Amino acid sequence: MRPDDLSRRELLALPGAGLLVVFPVEAEAQERARQGHPSDFNAYLRIGADGRVACFVGKVELGQGSMTSLAQLLAEELDVALDSVDMVMGDTDVCPWDMGTFGSLSHRQFGPVLRGAGAEARAVLLKLAAEHLQAPAERLQVKGGIVTDPSAPARRVTYAQLVQGKRIERRLEKAPVKPVAAFTVIGQSPRRKDALEKVTGRARYAGDIALPGMLHARILRPPAHGATLRDVDTTAAEKVQGVRVVRDAEMVAVLHERPDVAEKALGLVKARFDRPRPGVDDKGIFDHLLKAAPEGRVVSERGNVVDGARLCESLVERTYFNSYVAHAAMETHSAVAMIEGGKATVWAGTQTPFPVKQQVAQALGFAPENVRIVTPYVGGGFGGKSASRQAIEAARLAKITGKPVQVVFDRSEEFFYDTFRPAAVVTIVAGLTGAGKIAAWDYKVYCAGDREATQFYDIPHQRTVSSGNWSGGGTPGLHPFGTGPWRAPSVNTNTFARESHIDILANQVGVDPVEFRLSHLSDKRMRRVVEAAAKQFGWKPGRTPSGRGAGVACAIYLGTYVATMAEVAVNKSTGRVEVKRVVCAQDLGLVVNPDGSRQQMEGSIMMGLGYTLTEEVRFKDGEILDRNFDTYQIPRFSWLPKIETILIDNPDTPASGCGEPPIVNIGAVVANA
Amino acid sequence: ILIAPMERTISFTLNGKPVRVRVDDERMLLWVLRSDLGLTGAKFGCGAALCGACTVIVDKEAVRSCATPVKEVAGKRVLTIEGLSREGRLHPIQDAFVKRNAFQCGFCTPGMILNAYALLLKTPRPTRAEIVRHMEDNLCRCGSHLRIVEAIQAAAGAVKGGA
Repeated sequence: MRPDDLSRRELLALPGAGLLVVFPVEAEAQERARQGHPSDFNAYLRIGADGRVACFVGKVELGQGSMTSLAQLLAEELDVALDSVDMVMGDTDVCPWDMGTFGSLSHRQFGPVLRGAGAEARAVLLKLAAEHLQAPAERLQVKGGIVTDPSAPARRVTYAQLVQGKRIERRLEKAPVKPVAAFTVIGQSPRRKDALEKVTGRARYAGDIALPGMLHARILRPPAHGATLRDVDTTAAEKVQGVRVVRDAEMVAVLHERPDVAEKALGLVKARFDRPRPGVDDKGIFDHLLKAAPEGRVVSERGNVVDGARLCESLVERTYFNSYVAHAAMETHSAVAMIEGGKATVWAGTQTPFPVKQQVAQALGFAPENVRIVTPYVGGGFGGKSASRQAIEAARLAKITGKPVQVVFDRSEEFFYDTFRPAAVVTIVAGLTGAGKIAAWDYKVYCAGDREATQFYDIPHQRTVSSGNWSGGGTPGLHPFGTGPWRAPSVNTNTFARESHIDILANQVGVDPVEFRLSHLSDKRMRRVVEAAAKQFGWKPGRTPSGRGAGVACAIYLGTYVATMAEVAVNKSTGRVEVKRVVCAQDLGLVVNPDGSRQQMEGSIMMGLGYTLTEEVRFKDGEILDRNFDTYQIPRFSWLPKIETILIDNPDTPASGCGEPPIVNIGAVVANA
Repeated sequence: ILIAPMERTISFTLNGKPVRVRVDDERMLLWVLRSDLGLTGAKFGCGAALCGACTVIVDKEAVRSCATPVKEVAGKRVLTIEGLSREGRLHPIQDAFVKRNAFQCGFCTPGMILNAYALLLKTPRPTRAEIVRHMEDNLCRCGSHLRIVEAIQAAAGAVKGGA
């Protein structure tokens, strides 16, 4: 992704143009490895004759900063200057396959792959340098892409010189990655690579791409999910100068070279829809979910909850509810499609360029190799841009009209087609012994998913059952519209329920909620984040509910440990909740970019306030009632609490995710305060 | 018979240079900027003046270009994010956003910077509360609010004699 010079010629010239290709890439290697990360390091990097290093990754830049942090990983292992690394992201013709950018996987799962590629390339280059300098490879040093022989400092060769104009036989050898002590780029907070483009307006998002002859499409949408088009009259729209109307299967689209003229013409289309039969609304949804949810599945079990309950003096049962929540990224789903010479190129704001490639190929009846997805900057995803309907629509319309077509959802379409965080229900029955210990924990989650549902507190008898998940769990009709992953999918719901219940149990036994948690925690990493947060917060032990507005919650999210404490004020007459201060301690193992991690933590905390305090999608009979930011309120500047973030120093543990974990605690930490 | 729009010639100053466009003057400034004039820094976020991603400066005021008919800027001075840096030098607000990493996805950023620009024109040394109040209706989903406030504070210190 190089949005600063997104000229069509250059974009189309990149693959196989021979300018950057130094290491011979086996043509089929990528295709064969399509369903996994290629093992050939050439798939990830090319060293240009000018010494610049192009780094190819299937990940995309959604705002989370991976354009910078992934470049740090490669620069570190390859021993080149960070500024010399140009990231090419999410372009299916030139980047190695990747499933998508979600689940805080970019560092946890893909990081080691990229570091390994860099380390191996460095080892190969050192061998070449050894031959060139006629010195043993072990003696050579590399800095900034320049190889020197310390015993003869005048003797030096650059990576660029080594690879320039040559076809180099690939020599694979497994090279170890650097130890933490040797890091000079990892662990730093350099200026973000996307900074200049983003503050000057030069950053290009899919909706900013304009191609010669391009038409903007506005598509007729049903008023409700489940509604079907009965009849449509496009006569008036067709009379608008320059408008083209397309009808293809279920799709009615109005196209014009100006987006607002297309919009106005769409308003002239007269359509009647058959509405679906009355169904559920946001009030009745929980009863519906409990009835319609598929058979529960035991996710984990330890001891026997029935035996555990016998050890208990009291049982505490509660049910927790979560509503549908929208992703509401500031950039709506956007795409531009062009078909030339039997090949489709689609610039799409998506989190999943490779899956979208398959979907577009299928929709067009093209072979996948004749579809290219290019991902420019993406204006926020949060899981919502895993589904990329707009890319398919743009591609279909480009095929039909023979012209490049841009599809940009308006805000109403964005809400309508959003794959919401699912509404969900959790029931927990937990038992306390006479000594104030939790001996039994019976947990059932409906429709949120089982991620991190299993208890991490020390409880001898526990069972976790999950029914359905964020995509519906294979049960058609479970949710009345699209649902999908929403930042830290299923874990917001599971953490809210678990941590709320833990506080209720602490209250039952009259013990401070932090002390109560620690008395059930032997996991050292978890204890450490709780203690770090408590110290920074200045936690004063007391019974819960505090009555003074102090709350605690903790969670594990796919290997990342996070503890959060908050100070909350409630206006007792208006009921308005104001979160005054949030302290968040996180152990994500190796921190690649500390400031980037703090940005993600701060962002997670702010975003979490939304689902906690105001966000809830209202709906009735398939109709989505909240369609813009007037009724759907997301966090604003006046909500900003004092935020303090703590990164636990733990560099010897591999990096885990960072952008999602802090958000999971916000619901419970506010509720507990 | 095709319906042809009533087109008029509208003249205004755009980023310091005079421009004339022949358009249906009821069209919104946002689309004329993005589609007719090729300046895509102002973003479409909501289409209803609710989010601020389309913010531009008209004379000295921050304006929602998605809800401003182009006829309203006739004879006026329009500043977009593309016109804020001069001779390749970032404006102090842009510089502060870079230094503080006061953005993530960047989609709301042009609107945030220009709205802050309008604030500093009127109030060169705003208090934190004034910044929050002025920025309240510009939405950011990534949650960069803390850094945006800090960047505006830093820029206020750096802007000499107003923006």
